[in-house]
Amino acid sequence: MEKLSLRMVGAGLIRGLVETARNFTGSYCDPARLTTVQYPEESLPPVESARTFPFLVFDGDSQSGLRCVACKICEKECPPQCIYIVSERDEKGKVLKRPKVFDIDISVCMGCQICVEVCPFDAIRMDVKFELSVFDRFKPLLLHKEDLAKSNEYYHSIHPLEARETDLRLAAARAKQQSKTEGTKSSSSASSTTKAP
Amino acid sequence: MNAEVNITSTRPQLPPGTVMSYHLQRQSAAGGDAESDLLEISMGPHHPSTHGVFRMDVVLDGERVVRLKPVFGYLHRNHEKLAEGMTYLSSMPFTDRLDYFCSMTNNWAYALAVERLAGLRPTERAEYIRVIVAELTRLLNHACLIGFLTHDMGTMGTPLMYAFREREKILDLFEELSGARMMCNYMRFGGVRVDLTPGWVAKAQKLVAEFPRFLDEFEKLLTTNEILLARSQGVGILPRTLAVNASVTGPMLRASGVNYDVRKVDRYGIYDRFDFRVPLGDHGDVYDRLMIRFLEMRESLKILHQALRDLPGGPVMDPKAKLRSFRPRPGEVYGRIEAPKGELGFYLIGDGSPNPYRYRVRPPSLVNLTVLEDMCLGHTVADVVIILGSVDIVLGEVDR
Amino acid sequence: METVEQIKVRLEAAVPGLEVEVIPNPNSAEQPSLRMGLTHILAAARFLRDDPSLRFDYASNVTGVDWLDQTFQERQRQRVLVDGAEREVEITVQRIRPGYLEAIYHLYSMELGHGPLVIRQRTANRTDQCRLVSLTPIWRGAEFQEREIYDLYGVVFEGHPDLRRILMWEGFQDFPMRKDYVEPDDYEYEPTPHDLVLEKARLHYGHGGRS
Repeated sequence: MEKLSLRMVGAGLIRGLVETARNFTGSYCDPARLTTVQYPEESLPPVESARTFPFLVFDGDSQSGLRCVACKICEKECPPQCIYIVSERDEKGKVLKRPKVFDIDISVCMGCQICVEVCPFDAIRMDVKFELSVFDRFKPLLLHKEDLAKSNEYYHSIHPLEARETDLRLAAARAKQQSKTEGTKSSSSASSTTKAP
Repeated sequence: MNAEVNITSTRPQLPPGTVMSYHLQRQSAAGGDAESDLLEISMGPHHPSTHGVFRMDVVLDGERVVRLKPVFGYLHRNHEKLAEGMTYLSSMPFTDRLDYFCSMTNNWAYALAVERLAGLRPTERAEYIRVIVAELTRLLNHACLIGFLTHDMGTMGTPLMYAFREREKILDLFEELSGARMMCNYMRFGGVRVDLTPGWVAKAQKLVAEFPRFLDEFEKLLTTNEILLARSQGVGILPRTLAVNASVTGPMLRASGVNYDVRKVDRYGIYDRFDFRVPLGDHGDVYDRLMIRFLEMRESLKILHQALRDLPGGPVMDPKAKLRSFRPRPGEVYGRIEAPKGELGFYLIGDGSPNPYRYRVRPPSLVNLTVLEDMCLGHTVADVVIILGSVDIVLGEVDR
Repeated sequence: METVEQIKVRLEAAVPGLEVEVIPNPNSAEQPSLRMGLTHILAAARFLRDDPSLRFDYASNVTGVDWLDQTFQERQRQRVLVDGAEREVEITVQRIRPGYLEAIYHLYSMELGHGPLVIRQRTANRTDQCRLVSLTPIWRGAEFQEREIYDLYGVVFEGHPDLRRILMWEGFQDFPMRKDYVEPDDYEYEPTPHDLVLEKARLHYGHGGRS
C-alpha cells in the first residue's frame, strides 16, 4: 500500500473515478472487461464436468438397455433421500434386475453427485440442463423413470470425455467376463462390479 | 509462530481540520440529553444491509446506539441433528451450505476432522490441491467482502461488481474441477474427489498472474477515497484484550493486532512448506479490517504461486479410504482450519457406527458476533451497518 | 504444553477441593479431557486462564452433548439354592448408568500458542438437575455458545449474563438437540392442510388431523 499525502481533499475520490472510467471505456474494447453474454440469445460454452440433476443411462433400447439393476445403493446413500426405487418382480415374485419405479424428486435433489459416485454399474449420471422451470411446485418436479432414461449417445454429447472413459471400462470388463466364461466353461456369471470414478 | 509479520502502521490519513473528519469531533462531544427518550428499533431480518436474515434490536438515544442485541436463527436448518442421522459422507454436501460463499474450506475442515478421527492420511497431491482451492476461496471471499462492505458504505455496487468479475473467474475454475460453482462437494476423507483436469493448472496460473493487477486497481479505487476514510477510520474499534477474551478469530482478530493464524499455529495440511506472512493491524477499526483483507489476498497469491509451482503428481485419494460402509474408530476429535472468516472447527464424537454420535460446527461468524454490541456502542446507525459488514458474517454459518 | 495429567496435578494444588478427573479419549491419537466438578470449576478456569505457563486465554469451542441412560448387562456368578443344593449359576444383572448432559470446552492459548486442552462439566441427570456453571465470566467467547447449549439441550448455566434462546424463537418448547426429541407433526403446531402433514397427524390422532 502506498504512503500517500493528500494535499487536495477529493484527490482520492478522483483517483477512484479514474479507475471507474477506465473500466467503463475498457468494456467497449477490452474483452477482459466485458464479462457478460447476452443470455438467452447467447450462452456460455458448456463445461465438461458441470452437473445439475441425475439421469439414467441406457445403451440402445430405453426399456431393456437400461443399465440400472435396482440395487438401491444410490437410494441409500443419497443425503436428502430424494430417490425412490421399486424393483421389478416377475409373475412368480422373483426379483428381476430392473427398476419398476425410479423416481427422483428434483425439488429436493441437491445435485451433490454422491449417487453417481457410489453406483457400481455406471447407470446414473449427472445431466447439465438447468432450464427446468415449471408452473407447479410438486408434480412436474418429480421425475419418473421415463423422464430420467436418456441414451448413451446423449451422455456422449454432454460429457464426452467421461462417457468415452466409461465405455472403455465397461467394454474391458465385458471382455474379461467373456474370456472368463469361455475359459472355465462354467455357467456362473461373475457380475462385473466396476467402481464409478 | 515466528512468522515475519507486516504491520499496517502507515495508512492514508485525512488532513486534519477537514470537514469530513466529523467523526473525530463527535466523539469528544458530551453525551446527549438526559431527558431524551430511547427509541428501540429492529434492524432486520428483512434488511438489505444485514448480510442475510439477521436482526439487531437496537436501542437508540437520538442517533447514537445505547444497546444492541443481535437476534438470529432465521436460517437455522438443524444441520447438527441431521448429521447424526446420516453417514459421514452424506454430511459433506451439507457442509457446503454452511458458509455458502466458501464451500471448499468448509469441506476441508470437515474432511480434516474425519481424517483425524479415522486415522486417514491424504496423499501429497491431494494436500497441494486442497491448499490451492482453499487459497482461491480466500481470494474470492476477501474480494467479495470488500465489495459488500463498500457497498454498505454507499458505493452502490461498483467495487462489488469488480470483485464479482474476479470471483466469476475463480468459480469457472471450480466448475471445471468439481462440477458445481458454489456447492462443490469436492473433498473426501483421504483426499479429493477427482483429479485436476488437464489445463486447469495453466488456467489457475494465469489467474494468479493477473490477480495482482486487479488488486492494484481495486486498491487505487478504494484506499484513498476520502469518504471511505472518514467513515471507517476510528469506527468500531475492537481492543486487543477484548478480542482475545471474546474468542474472535480470523482477519477481525488480526486487525486488532493479535498474531494468531491457525495456518501458522496448527500447521495443518502442508502449510509449513509455504512462505507467507501474517498481516496485522494496529487500530482495530473498520478501516484496518478492510485493509487487512487486501494484504491477506496478496499473501494468498504468494501461497498459490508456490503451490502451483510445486504441485506433484500421484494419486489423489488415500488407498485405505472407503466410500461406503465407512466406520471410523470411536473417539472424539476437534479439527479446525483457518477459513476466510475465522477459525472453522468441527467437533466429532464417533462411536464406531457409520453415523456420528455428536457433530458440532464451531462457526467463526457466530463467535465473532459476540463483540458486535461492544463495537457499536456510541456510534450512529449508519456506523452499525458498516461495523456489521466488517465482522464478515454469513448467516448460513451463524445459524447452521 | 504440559500433559493433561500434569495440568491436573497443578489444578489440584492451585484449587483445593476441586474434583477433577482425566477422561481418556478412545481415539488414542487425540487428547484426553479433564472433567471438573461444578463447585470449584470457576476458580479452576480462572487459574487456567491466568497461570503464566498455561495462559489459556482463548475458549475456542463450547459443545453440548447428550448422553442417554445406558443399560449394561453384566454376567455374574452367584451361589443360589437350586433343588436343595447350592450351585453356582450365571445370572445376568442389569445396571443402569444414568444419562447426563455435558458441556465441553476446547481451550487454546493465543499468547503461548499451545493447545488444545479439553475440559468438561457434566450435569447430574437429564431430567431435573440440568444446571451447569457458566464460564462466560472467564471467557467471553463462550457467551453465545452457552446460550446455544441452553437453547438446544436445556442446560441452565448459572452465572450467564443473558441466558435466553438464541437459535429457536422465544416461546419454543422443548429442546431440539436432545436424543429423545420428538418432532411435532407440523412446526406451526396445528396441522395445516397439506398431504404430508395430514398423513403424520393421522397416525397420531386417527382422524382428519385436528387435535
